[in-house]
Amino acid sequence: MAELQFREAIKHAIDEEMGRDERVFVMGEEVAEYNGAYKVTEGLLDKYGFKRVIDTPISELGFAGIGVGAAMGGLRPIVEFMTFNFAVLAADQIINHATKVKYMTGGQADCPIVFRGPNASAGQLGATHSVAYDSMYAQFPGLKVIYVSEPDDAKGLMKSAIRDDNPVLFMESEQMYGLKGEVSDEEDYIIPIGKGKIKREGSDVTIVAHGKMYHVAVQAANQLAKDGVEVEIIDPRTVKPLDLPLIIESVKKTNRCVVVDEAHPFAGFASEIGFLIQREAFDYLDAPVQRVTLPDVNAPFSKKLFDAWFPSPKQVIDAVNQVTYRT
Amino acid sequence: MAKKKTDDIVFAPRGIGEESDGVVQKGVDLPPATKKKHKALGLSEDDLKAMYEQMYLQRRFEERSMQQYQKGKFGGFLHLYIGQEAISTGTVFAFDDKDDIITGYRDHGWGLCRGITPKEGMAELFGKATGCSKGKGGSMHFAKAENHFWGGYGIVGGHIPIGAGLAFANKYNGTGKISATFFGDGAVDQGALHETMNMAQLWKLPVIFVVENNGYSMGTAAKRHTVAEIVDRAKGYEMKSAVINGMDVFSVYEKMKEIADDVRENSKPYFVEIRTYRYRGHSMSDPQKYRTKEELEEYQKIDPILKLKDYILSNKVADEAFFTEVEDRIEQEVLDAVEFADESPFPEVEDMYDDMFVEDNPYFHV
Ligand SMILES: Cc1ncc(C[n+]2csc(CCOP(=O)(O)OP(=O)(O)O)c2C)c(N)n1
Ligand SMILES: [Mg+2]
Repeated sequence: MAELQFREAIKHAIDEEMGRDERVFVMGEEVAEYNGAYKVTEGLLDKYGFKRVIDTPISELGFAGIGVGAAMGGLRPIVEFMTFNFAVLAADQIINHATKVKYMTGGQADCPIVFRGPNASAGQLGATHSVAYDSMYAQFPGLKVIYVSEPDDAKGLMKSAIRDDNPVLFMESEQMYGLKGEVSDEEDYIIPIGKGKIKREGSDVTIVAHGKMYHVAVQAANQLAKDGVEVEIIDPRTVKPLDLPLIIESVKKTNRCVVVDEAHPFAGFASEIGFLIQREAFDYLDAPVQRVTLPDVNAPFSKKLFDAWFPSPKQVIDAVNQVTYRT
Repeated sequence: MAKKKTDDIVFAPRGIGEESDGVVQKGVDLPPATKKKHKALGLSEDDLKAMYEQMYLQRRFEERSMQQYQKGKFGGFLHLYIGQEAISTGTVFAFDDKDDIITGYRDHGWGLCRGITPKEGMAELFGKATGCSKGKGGSMHFAKAENHFWGGYGIVGGHIPIGAGLAFANKYNGTGKISATFFGDGAVDQGALHETMNMAQLWKLPVIFVVENNGYSMGTAAKRHTVAEIVDRAKGYEMKSAVINGMDVFSVYEKMKEIADDVRENSKPYFVEIRTYRYRGHSMSDPQKYRTKEELEEYQKIDPILKLKDYILSNKVADEAFFTEVEDRIEQEVLDAVEFADESPFPEVEDMYDDMFVEDNPYFHV
């Protein structure tokens, strides 16, 4: 095991895959000479040169589409968005093209591409820079959506994403880039897409949380443990395909579930998990599934409002208290 | 066919480390400044003094903002306009006060110029309820709609079509107003600009597209992110165009007045590249390795605020005492703004739900 920052884990994965496969290249705003807006691609230009580490203009729609075409042409692009908030401009290429080209051509064209970058909010950056897009993209057939929470997951899943022959969205977080964690130093460390992980075992309640919300769930769980409530935390790591059996198994054990999701409440990850649990484990539930999400409101700038807007450990604890009837 | 050797293939133009020895690189080449004196431009002595005050206010406001940011008084991004003040000032003096203006996130100077008070501006930076956008927008979203300043926007290029939309409304309603949409050199590369330029020309919208080319888009020099001369984008749309020296407030004033008159008269768009330079980093966390100190100093030597001061002094429009009075007064005004911001209340948590919909009690999904 080696201790790595989240950003280093992603970089190591990209580096290893670039070393292994000539067809893999990176492009995006400030990824090359500036070494990445968040230093995820630091050093890659020096190592792989200008052919494979490419700075783009601020033309998200254009370079996402060039990525799709390059993938159809036999390459394996890794397209960085400075954040997924800016990938909105490229949504046409992701949603209308990357996910559909294989199907529309009756399987004649493949699109092995990774779109990656930070997702959701990063503090007080205002309404246009704070949206979580993983649930939205998961609605579209033809995409795999990953939103990881820890360096080890980042490393193993990024390698899988790059090797995957389909379009994959790989989501990170500005606020997690500096986070340190043990990362397997197994050679060629791969975590299969679609495999969740029990990150904390407990028998009283299941919390499903991914991405930045995983860390909020951990804080809540630590607090709850002091009160004698043992939380089991499942990090699905991949939003789609979803590791449903892992979640259902846990709920069958704890009989209670809280989903913590960084998106707005309507038709998101949390609602989907809630639905699936009632379908698969209805008879096991001792309480309705609860969720903690963002409110149905744009991100405010003001610190006081932002702190109230962003899901907190306190809200998670309240939800746990509700499903355990401790209120 | 033999496969070509591919190792030396390059896509993006190279930049850092490519400078030829000893020669200071230039972010932008400035066109010559106007030679006209203020009277020939139709500017009174009072206008000159007011212009100086306005530019000095923008500068001090941002220098103090920076300090407050570094003290941890507020978070988020802080993009400073320092170095570019002649553009906002020259434009606002050239336009009618009712003409519509919209810009990107580097918006403090524009806001101050269009009547956001230093107190309202500083309080917005601090995220306070007394801010111009009630603390909901922060640095990137200063706005004062009643003064026809429609705000700063955070998605690069996103507000370009909106500026044309304001022009559409002006044409539709026959208001006789024009609108101008200001954006950076980086935004030139967004499809939104090109789609909008085509429609604006096709529909004869009274809009001015203005690129504030400060030489860099974050850490990328303009010549590394965009081809050819930016101003030449206009040719493909048969749009009238101009290049302006943005380090000289007289030049901005002169040209923008001509252009505003033309657009108002003919209801046809204009594309303008104003060349300028930003003195500070892109935002607060920019190590600025992409440019040299010498390059920055080249532009600081021709600072637009000092230039106007020199002009005012050497043309005996005002004396040193005037500057002492103005500078002290503005300094105090900015310090008062800091105090006001610091002491103002944060919005109430419930206020978070205000301004989402027009109704008093809208539906929020839970
Ligand atoms: C669509 C989109 N992509 C990327 C960004 C991140 N970003 C913010 S400012 C900026 C550089 C813009 O440079 P320029 O247009 O020259 O304006 P300047 O900052 O120089 O005023 C970038 C890449 C963004 N805000 N929106
Ligand atoms: Mg610029």
